[in-house]
Amino acid sequence: MNYQYVVQRLLLALIVVLGVTFVVFMIMQIVPGDPARVILGPYASDESVAGLRDRLGLDRPFLEQYLGWLGKAARGDFGQSLLNGQDVAPQLWGRVGPSLELAIVSLAVGLAIAFPIGIVSALKQGSLLDIVPTIFSQIGVSIPSFWMGILLILFFSLNLEFLPPSGYTPISEDAGDWLAHIILPAFTAGFVSASIQTRFIRSAMLDVLNANYVMTARAKGLAERAVILRHALRNALINIVTIIGLQITALFSGLVLVEIVFSWPGLGRLALNAVEERDYPLLQGAVLVIAVIVTIVNLLIDLLYFLLDPRIEYA
Amino acid sequence: MSIKTSSSKKRKPQAGETLGPANTLWRDAMRRLLRHKLAMFGAAVLCIVIVMGVFGPAISPYDPNGMDFANRFAGPSLAHWMGTDDFGRDIFSRVIVGARVSLQVGLVAVSVATVFGTALGLIAGYSARATDEVIMRAMDVLYAFPAILLAIAIMAALGKGIDNAMIAIGIVYVPIFARIARAAVLGIRNEEFIIAAKAMGAGDIRILALHVLPNVLSPIIVEVTLSLAFAILAEAALSYLGLGTQPPDPSWGRMLSEGRAFYRQSGWMAFFPGFAITLTVMGFNFLGDGLRDALDPKLRR
Repeated sequence: MNYQYVVQRLLLALIVVLGVTFVVFMIMQIVPGDPARVILGPYASDESVAGLRDRLGLDRPFLEQYLGWLGKAARGDFGQSLLNGQDVAPQLWGRVGPSLELAIVSLAVGLAIAFPIGIVSALKQGSLLDIVPTIFSQIGVSIPSFWMGILLILFFSLNLEFLPPSGYTPISEDAGDWLAHIILPAFTAGFVSASIQTRFIRSAMLDVLNANYVMTARAKGLAERAVILRHALRNALINIVTIIGLQITALFSGLVLVEIVFSWPGLGRLALNAVEERDYPLLQGAVLVIAVIVTIVNLLIDLLYFLLDPRIEYA
Repeated sequence: MSIKTSSSKKRKPQAGETLGPANTLWRDAMRRLLRHKLAMFGAAVLCIVIVMGVFGPAISPYDPNGMDFANRFAGPSLAHWMGTDDFGRDIFSRVIVGARVSLQVGLVAVSVATVFGTALGLIAGYSARATDEVIMRAMDVLYAFPAILLAIAIMAALGKGIDNAMIAIGIVYVPIFARIARAAVLGIRNEEFIIAAKAMGAGDIRILALHVLPNVLSPIIVEVTLSLAFAILAEAALSYLGLGTQPPDPSWGRMLSEGRAFYRQSGWMAFFPGFAITLTVMGFNFLGDGLRDALDPKLRR
């Protein structure tokens, strides 16, 4: 096994995380004019603006500011919220759970839709079983997730009064209620990501179905089921895992909007609230945590890729 | 793909005649594109959207910002095809005029992404290892952020408004173009025509602009079309969040956000703007897929 690949992937992830912290730090630096003035508004007194500048360390040299902020962030200290003066970190940790729950369930819903449909489409290429899913996947990649969320709320919650329109119940409190609340948002995000995944699973399957070893497997008289599951799908999986990895970032992008539409108490909604309140430390913390989660998930998928195909080398 | 590749009206090639300039790569691609049904459907939808965007206020049946309090929350009818909103404004007129914002933001944002991304990708692919590494790792960093989140963060710093939305969306898509351009350059940087140009003493900028760029154009054109779809979705999302277009200007995302309180009794307020977004995005996606099929040499039989 080529462990150099693993080491290089880890190093790369570290560089990306470092870069991410820099970009997040820059959010407050590129505010036009005086960030303290922008935060406090035009009617604040000069003294309070100067006080905030001092508190945020805006008068210190750039590099000193960045390194100081980075050192604290590395220890899990993201500063204090400008709105209520409380530490940002505990507010963030409370949001990580709901965000990850929604991400995992959405991904599961997406894969549960995409896998069977993608495989059947490839096997029945050109038939109605291929064309109908293709049309749906075209709709899925074009529909704004927040609009789909709105329509689902209108139909299932307001018309049928079948599912709650928004909100969240912790799974430890009431698992049934948790499930009722997560169905619509997870289906919204899952449908959009399934639309993209279906296309990739279909084409990955088509590639392997035309491969010589599949023909050999058929020629030696294997049952079609064994040919598809043991020979074709197993090899297609490598490409499929890569695609799912690429989709993770897109999935999180969609989740930010879905959280907002369904009032899901996750990091995305927290980030938007922070923007509305000009609470930069809170925004920086939320954006940093999401980007780091995405980077870690991507790293895990790269490593999974390595396990699935030991031939892979760092390119 | 159809077997008939040339129409019967065409005259037969004479003996010894080579394929002339009439049979260029672009003309071939154009012919394939015109035969691509979904791409043509997409192009037709986009033509309508462009007409709406260019002539918006002139062709809309009502003043898009004209309020009519006697006719608030009117359902779709012959007078108001898509109904009216909470101020009695005609939704059909607002959807027509809203096309302009979507197209404007899409065009500017994607231009920003294309110009900067392609330039960075060309330089990265053509330069020595160190420059390449620095540029591409920076792109990896930008790419690590979920697109909408990065756009929200940039807007938080720059401030609300449509101009900043264009910049934010543009920055978000820079890494995509950089990656595509770089990959395309790596594919051709050791080709004979590049080496020949170098041997003849051409400078790096000249080689990049005259020899490399024209040969990496097709993946970039495809990506431009598909990115327009993403950019329009992103603008709608930002405006829905209240960060993009500011009132009273109609934009599809804003209309969805403004109608939020009234969805229950006036579902049309939620339906039509979203439908317009979906149809436009689908148009760009169809056209982009068609262009990819038409331009991708790998699919050529």
